[in-house]
Amino acid sequence: MAMIELKNISKWYGSFQVLKNCTTQVEKGEVIVVCGPSGSGKSTLIKCVNGLEPIQQGEVIVNGQSVGAKTTNLPQLRAKIGMVFQNFELFPHMNVTANLNLAQIKVLGRSQEEATEKTRALLTRVGLIDHAQKFPGQLSGGQQQRVAIARGLAMDPIAMLFDEPTSALDPEMINEVLDVMVELAQEGMTMMVVTHEMGFARKVAHRVIFMDEGEIVDDATKDEFFSTTRSERVQQFLSKILHH
Amino acid sequence: MFTDFDFDVIQRALPYLWQGMMFTLGLTALAMAGGIVLGTLLALMRLSSVKAISIPAGAYVNLLRSTPLILVIFWFYFLVPIAIKYVSGDSYAQGIGPFHSALIAFTLFEAAYYCEVIRAGIQSVPAGQVSAANALGLNYWQSTILIVLPQAFRNMVPILLTQGIILFQDTSLVYVVGLTDFMGAASKVAQRDGRLVEMYLFAAVVYFILCFLASYFVKRLQLRITPPR
Repeated sequence: MAMIELKNISKWYGSFQVLKNCTTQVEKGEVIVVCGPSGSGKSTLIKCVNGLEPIQQGEVIVNGQSVGAKTTNLPQLRAKIGMVFQNFELFPHMNVTANLNLAQIKVLGRSQEEATEKTRALLTRVGLIDHAQKFPGQLSGGQQQRVAIARGLAMDPIAMLFDEPTSALDPEMINEVLDVMVELAQEGMTMMVVTHEMGFARKVAHRVIFMDEGEIVDDATKDEFFSTTRSERVQQFLSKILHH
Repeated sequence: MFTDFDFDVIQRALPYLWQGMMFTLGLTALAMAGGIVLGTLLALMRLSSVKAISIPAGAYVNLLRSTPLILVIFWFYFLVPIAIKYVSGDSYAQGIGPFHSALIAFTLFEAAYYCEVIRAGIQSVPAGQVSAANALGLNYWQSTILIVLPQAFRNMVPILLTQGIILFQDTSLVYVVGLTDFMGAASKVAQRDGRLVEMYLFAAVVYFILCFLASYFVKRLQLRITPPR
């Protein structure tokens, strides 16, 4: 059974269809990269996985549970899926430790001590233990994003979603974030990553999904995707983002 | 007019005026606290996507904001006792007294204004913050209380305090139901001793100094709490 299953999902903003009958799945331990031109619906697609974006048609199944079903405890399901956002979205009124502790205590019911122990281990792992008492505003973008990844991992998630995690970063900070993500992928974390970082895709992705105008145009293994026999639309896109 | 200005009148009246000032400050603080709590609830209701919740809150706010404050005070002082008598069927039933009716009137009236301030404050918190909170598994109340409101209030403190300064001045209206606030105390001494000039000028000076200092403090605060993001 796939860990994440998207079955024929469609979504409209008013009369505009942002997702058109999208179907794919993510197996346990698989790393999927979702790419495509801006406005193609890739961020919307990934936000459907944990129900941040409601869908009008189709079904999203995570770990055997239907995300849209009335009987599903959505907060509990979301707690099992880590999510990293383009703009970090750390809580600016809390320090780094509190950012990581909050949901561990409030959602998982861990004690302050248990949570802090976990938090410190994760901050050490992402190389930010010295910043444990700082506020997000005192950190660089790359550091904030690493804290955000640690915050997701603190929940012991079964999968991690990344929504353009490096798009808001200065170029020299992109690698420190990608390094953490590569390490995570190599450890076998199930990941769905919206990104334009094709280097990351080549290195760790198992499959690459290409979206355009709300449709999944291509869904292929990494080697297939980067081989030259792919469709013209994909070639066009790749040549645009790779030629610099 | 100023040739026989009698400072002694003010001095003799000071203990009485002090009592009045304590009443004014107490009523302001209570009505402000109640108004902010109720205003926050109303703001959350108004922002609800459920029409059955947002429409009544909107109606309440619009009704109170298009009503003079003094009328609301009269409602609670004169009409509520009638309503109590009607409902309880006891024609000797007492009202809730001038202080409680004034406090309730101010709280309900201020809540309508606070609601609009707080609603704007809540909307100033980026939507991504709510997404992040939800993605971590926090439910509506957890994300509202732990993530949204602290950031919203931080942005709003200056406006909330400014509204409090206006409320401080407005509490002088309680004289219409016979309560003795600072203004009422000054007024009573003025009438009793026939020293209108001294007392009303003194009251004006006190209101000016307090409100001016408070506004200055709010301005300083505003500069300091530009939130780091």
